Amino acid sequence: MNRTVLDLWVGIFVAIGIAAVMFLALKVGNLSSAHLSETYVLQAKFDNIGGLKVRGPVKSAGVVVGRIVEIKFDPVTYEAVVTMNVDGRYQFPKDTFAAIYTAGLLGEQFVGFEVGGEEKMLKAGDTITKTQSAVVLEKLISQFLFSKAADGQDKK
Amino acid sequence: MFSPLALIRKLGHASIERIWRLGFATRFLFAVLKYSGASFRRLPLTLREIYFSGVLSLLIIVVSGLFVGMVLGLQGYETLQRYGSTEALGVLVALSLTRELGPVVAGLLFASRAGSSVTAEIGLMKSTEQLKAMDMMAVNPIARVVAPRFWGGVISMPLLAALFSAMGVIGGWLVGVVFIGVDDGAFWSQMQSGVDFRYDIVNGVIKSFVFGIAVSLIAVFEGYDSAPTAEGVSRAITRTVVTSALAILALDFVLTSFMFRGTS
Repeated sequence: MNRTVLDLWVGIFVAIGIAAVMFLALKVGNLSSAHLSETYVLQAKFDNIGGLKVRGPVKSAGVVVGRIVEIKFDPVTYEAVVTMNVDGRYQFPKDTFAAIYTAGLLGEQFVGFEVGGEEKMLKAGDTITKTQSAVVLEKLISQFLFSKAADGQDKK
Repeated sequence: MFSPLALIRKLGHASIERIWRLGFATRFLFAVLKYSGASFRRLPLTLREIYFSGVLSLLIIVVSGLFVGMVLGLQGYETLQRYGSTEALGVLVALSLTRELGPVVAGLLFASRAGSSVTAEIGLMKSTEQLKAMDMMAVNPIARVVAPRFWGGVISMPLLAALFSAMGVIGGWLVGVVFIGVDDGAFWSQMQSGVDFRYDIVNGVIKSFVFGIAVSLIAVFEGYDSAPTAEGVSRAITRTVVTSALAILALDFVLTSFMFRGTS
């Protein structure tokens, strides 16, 4: 086969292959949007994290503002320590409230920030003290049943 | 006469044969790597092999990628519909393709389309004593014939697998969004939030690269090691396809268990 034709076809092939990788990276993956350029670390302690996973999102007002990078167990206080990378563009007040929510009924769990009114902002490495644990469905159901049972006894 | 001793001896012979071939293949790989520099100095040789194993595999990869994606779209929709979460179709199609189906199915197609022809070519060269003739002319057949074919396959395979995944996503989109009518925005946005570049796509590319090395090595080795007869060449081709398929599936399990063992 002619050398130039061969070069052309190989060039087209490699270009198509690279275009496919770019398509996967930009259109299928989230390289363009979720790339957090400058981040700072925040920590939060929870009594119970439920099904929270590493790499899960951190949201405020429903917008993704960071990612969970590490979940540890504190052997002294018996709490879960969640370490998050938060987008450097966003600052949160000192009295920000961190809670664990579930997206939809069966969706993934994420950390939600409810912003407070304090003037001082959280700095890198700070720990969020006001937290609310994940809702454990079994606990809710058992509370509901116990309260029902208690109601029934009162009426007698 | 049947005797248990003969049976055990047969087993031992077969095992030694297998291990010996494995060792030979490993030494062959080192020889190929050793003479790769010499063959890269004549780049057109490798380019020609990329043309034969990569460019000529484009059609089968594109068409089968499209169809696999379309089937995933249909089947995924059918199942997700039961849970009322058809918007998750995008992430289902994209994750199955980038993590598993893209590298694995593209690898299997590549082994049967390109690997078999490489084995046939080298096996025929051996049976017509072209390799020996090269040796006589002080042309190293590994540098001249084997290394370009090996690298042609190694370079082509990740590109073909990425193309397969991309075509599959388009096929899934075609069926899910255009034919069935899943919401277009939800399809792409769920996909983008569910697929991680580093975790899913890069790992898929690493997989396809490993499969490319395995398939190319098996193809050139079986060709080089084939018995120099018509029957020997045909057996070598069969072995290439079977061994490549087994190697891809086994390696896939190993790689998956290392890459996607679940976080936290």
